[in-house]
Amino acid sequence: MLQFVNTLLTGLGQGAVYAAFALALVLIWRATRVVNFAQGAMAAFTTYLALLVVESTGSWWVGLLVALACGLVLGAGVERVVVRRVGPHNELGAVIVTLGLFVALQALASILFGAQFRSFPAPAGLEGFSVGGVTVALTPSMLITIGAVAVVLLGLVALFRFTDVGLRMRASAFDGEVARLLGVPVGRMLTLGWALAALVGSLAGVLIASGSLVWPAYMDTVIVNGFVAAVLGGLDSPGGAVVGGLAMGVILALVTGYVGADLVPLAALAVLVAVLLVRPQGLFARTAARRV
Amino acid sequence: MATPVRPTEKAGSAPRSGREPGRWAGLAARLRPRATFARHALLALVALVVVVLLLELTGPFRNSQFATMSYYAIAAAGLTVLTGLNGQISLGHGALMAVGAYTAGLLLPAGIPLLVVLVIAAGVTAVVGVIVGAAASRLKGPYLAGATLAFAVAVPGLAIHFDEALGGEQGLAVPSPRAPEWFADAVYFLSANETSSAKYLAYVGWTVAIVAFLLLANLAASRIGRIWRAVRDDEVAAELAGIRLSPVRVLAFTVSAACAGLAGGVLGVVVRLAAPTGFTIVLSISLLTAVVLGGLGSLFGAVLGSALLVFLPPAVTNLGASAGLSDVQSAQLAPFVYGAVLILVILLAPGGVVGTVRARWHARTTAPAEAPEERTGRS
Amino acid sequence: MSAPATTAALRVTGLTAGYGPVTALDGVDVAAEPGHITAVLGANGAGKTTLLRTVSGLVPARSGSVHAGDVDLTGAAPEKIARAGIAHVPEGRGVITELTVEENLRLGALLGKARGRADTAIDDVYTMFPPLAERRRRDAHTLSGGERQMLVIGRALACGPDVLLLDEPSLGLAPRVVSQIFELLRERVEGSRLAVLLVEQNARSALSVADVGVVLNLGRVVASAPAAELAADDALRHAYLGF
Repeated sequence: MLQFVNTLLTGLGQGAVYAAFALALVLIWRATRVVNFAQGAMAAFTTYLALLVVESTGSWWVGLLVALACGLVLGAGVERVVVRRVGPHNELGAVIVTLGLFVALQALASILFGAQFRSFPAPAGLEGFSVGGVTVALTPSMLITIGAVAVVLLGLVALFRFTDVGLRMRASAFDGEVARLLGVPVGRMLTLGWALAALVGSLAGVLIASGSLVWPAYMDTVIVNGFVAAVLGGLDSPGGAVVGGLAMGVILALVTGYVGADLVPLAALAVLVAVLLVRPQGLFARTAARRV
Repeated sequence: MATPVRPTEKAGSAPRSGREPGRWAGLAARLRPRATFARHALLALVALVVVVLLLELTGPFRNSQFATMSYYAIAAAGLTVLTGLNGQISLGHGALMAVGAYTAGLLLPAGIPLLVVLVIAAGVTAVVGVIVGAAASRLKGPYLAGATLAFAVAVPGLAIHFDEALGGEQGLAVPSPRAPEWFADAVYFLSANETSSAKYLAYVGWTVAIVAFLLLANLAASRIGRIWRAVRDDEVAAELAGIRLSPVRVLAFTVSAACAGLAGGVLGVVVRLAAPTGFTIVLSISLLTAVVLGGLGSLFGAVLGSALLVFLPPAVTNLGASAGLSDVQSAQLAPFVYGAVLILVILLAPGGVVGTVRARWHARTTAPAEAPEERTGRS
Repeated sequence: MSAPATTAALRVTGLTAGYGPVTALDGVDVAAEPGHITAVLGANGAGKTTLLRTVSGLVPARSGSVHAGDVDLTGAAPEKIARAGIAHVPEGRGVITELTVEENLRLGALLGKARGRADTAIDDVYTMFPPLAERRRRDAHTLSGGERQMLVIGRALACGPDVLLLDEPSLGLAPRVVSQIFELLRERVEGSRLAVLLVEQNARSALSVADVGVVLNLGRVVASAPAAELAADDALRHAYLGF
């Protein structure tokens, strides 16, 4: 029983990170109809920058801020310099370009930061809380992870629901031409969307690295799990991405706990195939979404 | 999708028949299918001669590089057919190569002849391809890429999980077959050269590659190839013309997977090892780089691209070393270049090398006014 | 036709545009005066929609010019043209269905305005089209065809434009709804400084509401006259307007 509860708790902690990562994918998908396969490599890159800062300043929080800021800049730069030039309706081209960014950034990280494993400090303790004399798998670090994801999520909801910029961003994503006719600078909104998504992706990168090891490819499985989470929730639905992320966290924790960690990617694949065959629009898509 | 791809067989015949209409064009049209296959056979023969010349005129080091190039070429050919002719993207071809390599690793120690093993490797991988292809047949673009990415990440985990049969992290040693007597004699007779193991494997690899290319070229020029292109260019129109999309897609994926399996089998005997670390995502993406650079849908482009995968890494690694980078850092320059190449080709020359050269050629031989049309093959 | 000296709200001179090898507009001159509705008529493929799309910058002009008042807008980006006071209601699909009614209107009202003034602009639309007020919190995809047309016209008016470009507002609507919308439009334009360029295939009802009519055929202007005059010209009606 305790093992089961602990597995669930671990799963929710991981799931919060997948949720953030899936959210980053969904933000970009909604804005530009591109799945950003480079998201993981971008996040790994900013996490390395954060690690440099953490090692020199000793503060995890300063490192996080640097990662978020760099994510913002990197996301905007990638959209401006690369993605925008692919042109509309070139689905295959967009996929290939993000894959190119993926390998190029990952290799660049190896060249700049080294290919070896490096440990990334945790923001707080990694000892589980003790409840009635029993230690459970809920740690202060995990609370920070979940809290950070919740703050970002609420921030995004507030941005999109209650601000004019958010409204303009949504309009640009749903119907760029109409938005332009209403005076919305759609290009700038898309850049902003990529920047925000990369910020959220960077958050996920730092959170998953914290209290653990980083190496240039450490985000590879996170890309897959985040993508599966996003598809599970419906690529168009930010709320779905969060629920999908938490669900993936729990499912994969159960597989790790009861079957074997080597088969986690296989489990992710199984979930993905099941979702795509049964309900390809995802579990939480509102309506048959606008197809371009 | 439809990057400006032209079927290989059109390159030579189209302008000619365009210039002399009438009696000869009609005759040419009637003779065309047979002429196409005959031309493919002739090209295969020429390729064989080129391979013999290259392998006999170069030393063991180059021989082993050519052996490596042969399996990249086979896998890239399979991928270019899938992506270029049928419009499906796959990030799972590295994992499919793993299936072929592990099959070879399991069967060769049992004393089964090499060629039989390679055929079985292709067959087993084709079966996996049917399953993956069936799951993928309803998916498009980013969904397909994501699903095959998940597949690619999942497969090495299997090798680690079933470590008793598959050797875990260490991998599976693949015995490298020796050249038979008659083969060594034949080579000696031909060039007075001794047959090294690398040379034998390069011959095996390229023979397999030429056969695979011949089959693929004929398939691409056949009715099936036309159906693949029809589905790629306009699904709705193809469906209205009575084509059922799913079986067509699954078939393309299966053929492509069989090539990957064949390539994996050759890789196994050339590298003498099938290990999870050999089949990462980067392998899949390098294959994609090869076909995108060569020109999606072009078999010749796949050969060009696979040459890049073999000859670029040592070149940039040397460059890196002379620029003061460590070995580990220099080794990462190759994937960095792959990524950069992918981006630059899509942004600047979406037709790849073959497509761009062909577009230039057309622009020069036809009226200048028609030139811009080359770049519009998108839907 | 040389450009007259009066400053029209919108003046299109010698406009040529097209798609690929096709020339859809061939040296078109059109003007829209403040307080007037100018109907652009013609058969399918006459270039009416292309005219509006070129004016609002969605289709690049090959030659000719577009002026709003004294400002040269030729070749400007659509968002810049919108901010210069030209509101374009595109044909059939202007509603952003994923947003609520109020969000759609706010998007228009935000154009170059502070928040408080945006709210008054939205309230003005609700006064003009009361059905929208009842549905302000609903997603726009729940609206009927007539309500959608009210929404896109209302949203364009909320931009506070000097020129309103309307593309086929009658498309797919019941005749009663069309005349209702046209009446409201007439009231809104009368005595204001708003100029309307109304593209219609339904020439009869368009001429009933317009002051001036311009007839396009194969990308060229074939007639330009007061609406009543056009409606009375039997030969023209039969040849180009189909009634």
